[in-house]
Amino acid sequence: MKFLRLVWSNLTRKKVRTTLTIGSFVVALFLFGLLVTIRGAFSGGVDVAAADRLSVINKTSLILPLPISYRERITGIEGVRGITFASWFGGVYQDERNFFPQFAVEPQSWLDVYPDYVVPEAEKQAFLADRQAALVGRALAKRFGFEVGDRIPLQGTIWPGTWEFNVAGIYDGSRPDVDTSTFLFRHDLLEETRQFGKGTVGWYVVRLDDPDDAVRVSAAIDEKFANSPYETLTQTEQAFAASFAKQMGNIELLVLVIGSVVFFTLLLVAGNTMAIAVRERTGELAVLKTVGYSDRAVLGLVLAEAVLIAGQGGLIGLLLAKLMTLGGDPTGGMLATFYLGWDSIALGFLLTLVVGTAAGLLPAVAAMRLRVVDALRRV
Amino acid sequence: MAVPLVYNVRSVRQRWVSSVVAVLGIAGTVGVFVAMLAMARGFRATMVSSGAPENAIVRRAGADSEMVSSVPIDAVRVIESAAGVRREDGRPMVSAEVVVVAAFPLAATGTDANVQVRGVSARALEVRRGVRVVEGRFLEPGLAELVVGRNAARTYVGLELGSVVRFGGGDWKVVGVFDAGSSAFDSEVWCDATVLSEVYKRPTNVFQSVTARLTSPAELTRFKDELTSDPRLSVQVDRETDYYDKQSRMLTNLIRTLGFLVAAIMAIGAVFGALNTMYSAVAERSREIATLRAMGFSGGVVIVSFVVEALLISLVGGLLGCLVVLPLNGFTTGTINWQTFSHLAFAFKVTPDLLLAGVAFALLMGLVGGVPPAVRAARLPVAVALREL
Repeated sequence: MKFLRLVWSNLTRKKVRTTLTIGSFVVALFLFGLLVTIRGAFSGGVDVAAADRLSVINKTSLILPLPISYRERITGIEGVRGITFASWFGGVYQDERNFFPQFAVEPQSWLDVYPDYVVPEAEKQAFLADRQAALVGRALAKRFGFEVGDRIPLQGTIWPGTWEFNVAGIYDGSRPDVDTSTFLFRHDLLEETRQFGKGTVGWYVVRLDDPDDAVRVSAAIDEKFANSPYETLTQTEQAFAASFAKQMGNIELLVLVIGSVVFFTLLLVAGNTMAIAVRERTGELAVLKTVGYSDRAVLGLVLAEAVLIAGQGGLIGLLLAKLMTLGGDPTGGMLATFYLGWDSIALGFLLTLVVGTAAGLLPAVAAMRLRVVDALRRV
Repeated sequence: MAVPLVYNVRSVRQRWVSSVVAVLGIAGTVGVFVAMLAMARGFRATMVSSGAPENAIVRRAGADSEMVSSVPIDAVRVIESAAGVRREDGRPMVSAEVVVVAAFPLAATGTDANVQVRGVSARALEVRRGVRVVEGRFLEPGLAELVVGRNAARTYVGLELGSVVRFGGGDWKVVGVFDAGSSAFDSEVWCDATVLSEVYKRPTNVFQSVTARLTSPAELTRFKDELTSDPRLSVQVDRETDYYDKQSRMLTNLIRTLGFLVAAIMAIGAVFGALNTMYSAVAERSREIATLRAMGFSGGVVIVSFVVEALLISLVGGLLGCLVVLPLNGFTTGTINWQTFSHLAFAFKVTPDLLLAGVAFALLMGLVGGVPPAVRAARLPVAVALREL
């Protein structure tokens, strides 16, 4: 600790260079935060999906419906704790560009199966009481300024006409990475008003008593409807979300490649700067050794400098990234979740320290090995 | 006085480690920038080339994609007799189609992807002249036969010529492979519209979209006006190219927004790298600079010479970045088209203008990173610098 002042004076000696090096770390870690966030948004709920939920879709295709009668038949299967269903609505709010997902859901059972959606009790009751009621996610409400009591018209694309909804409540996620960009309304309204497709639902969501039971229950459900006109495909919510994410293309690889390019470059920049800094101070380091500093102390001094630069830059960069994600999705609602977790920040900081140490190691070892006589003579 | 350019080139070579660092920083940034734009461009090109300017696509009013549209057969008859529709041997060049999505495993990962299956009428090939059968033959109306797009045959398991696949509760025989000129159709599977409706238990005689080939692209307005003012119909009419352009916009914008964002941040990092390299170059060479000044080179010349040095580094970086990305051209990847929930293969398109933009971007970074150190170099007090080590 007593050397901290010495390290600090060394850092402030060439202010421009130190600032630039710190700046490189700020930028790199900001980018790291951003890439992690984008990756999370693209893998769209894979991490969020609960292990104790199954999604049941039409085996032929996701866009084909299932009969409403399946509800009773699935409920009877052992190990099923709860079941709910939903249909994709595909309405347009004002303009096609204002895309957000809308689901017609069965209110009570939906909120039972998805405890991740947190709704104040009064708003929940309002949703249950009014047929035209809708629940709006926090992110969506923020995007369009929806408030409780608003009347929202949606232009139907599958079921034509103008559909009007009353915002009964705004839901939050129980965790920050829950998607709150969706619009939920009541399935009974859809069923009553639509001209075709009556008696069907888009898909079922089953909640299990025990997550370990997923394989058996999935098989039991699919078996029950095998060879019927509406065969089912049951998979865990995670597998369902992952199959979508996979089709998006290999975003993860892309993120990894960019991330590696940046870190590699960063390592070079920082290592290079450190090397220059040490080279310039060869004489001083020799003097330090002459007055009795051990080899190890000199090594420590140079390393401490490197880690201090990296740590400062990394911390600022990560916090900036966090700040930006708090500001919301920059693409205007195309990324469902835009969230940077504290665990990712911790990982980023750890990476920074590793990179900082690695960058400082070469010049530090060179400084340690420095022979006083040679160094002093060089001047 | 002439700018001592040889001096700059040599000093870049002399201090190659820090030059390489700056070059790599800029190359990485340019590479990412060009790659992202090439991806957006490739996706858009695939979508837009699906449409033909003389074709019009008719959907139910309010339906933003074929997937959610429906057009009954009596409406199809009205459309067939509309003005502007091209006729050959007295038959209108119109294809009423049904579009569904079926799950096929991806050859690359083994996981299911949603493949767009298009039920077409017998005249589909005459309406879409960009599509031609390259292997086998076209399907026979009324039979459970498939012709698959070139990309689909490659990308998904079980769609080889001659094989039998089961989906939607029916067995289908693959009788042909078609080439649609790298458009979105190349990722599709085509079959007979009526058979598809039966197998999928859709209402018979209801289609999802009607594509009509017009006598000329200019006929669209007349065709559109006639259909939209017809009280028997409730439809919307778009030029096919516009329809696909609109479908590509969402994903293209997403890729571009993210691409610009990431590239901008990386650019700041690269500029920091360039600044650092140039500042330390100036610091290490203060004596040389002072010597130049003492020999009579003016401050302006020193500025120009250092800026040129920075530009040289960034040019090499920019070229390197472009070179690394160049092999991506034609690299085929797949993604979901969110408008139709179906998987779509497309190829990166690295075009000369993108490469040019990449190099320009690199030079801009070099300029921003080179000017402040150059100014400092010119301001060095000659006497003090000469006396320094």
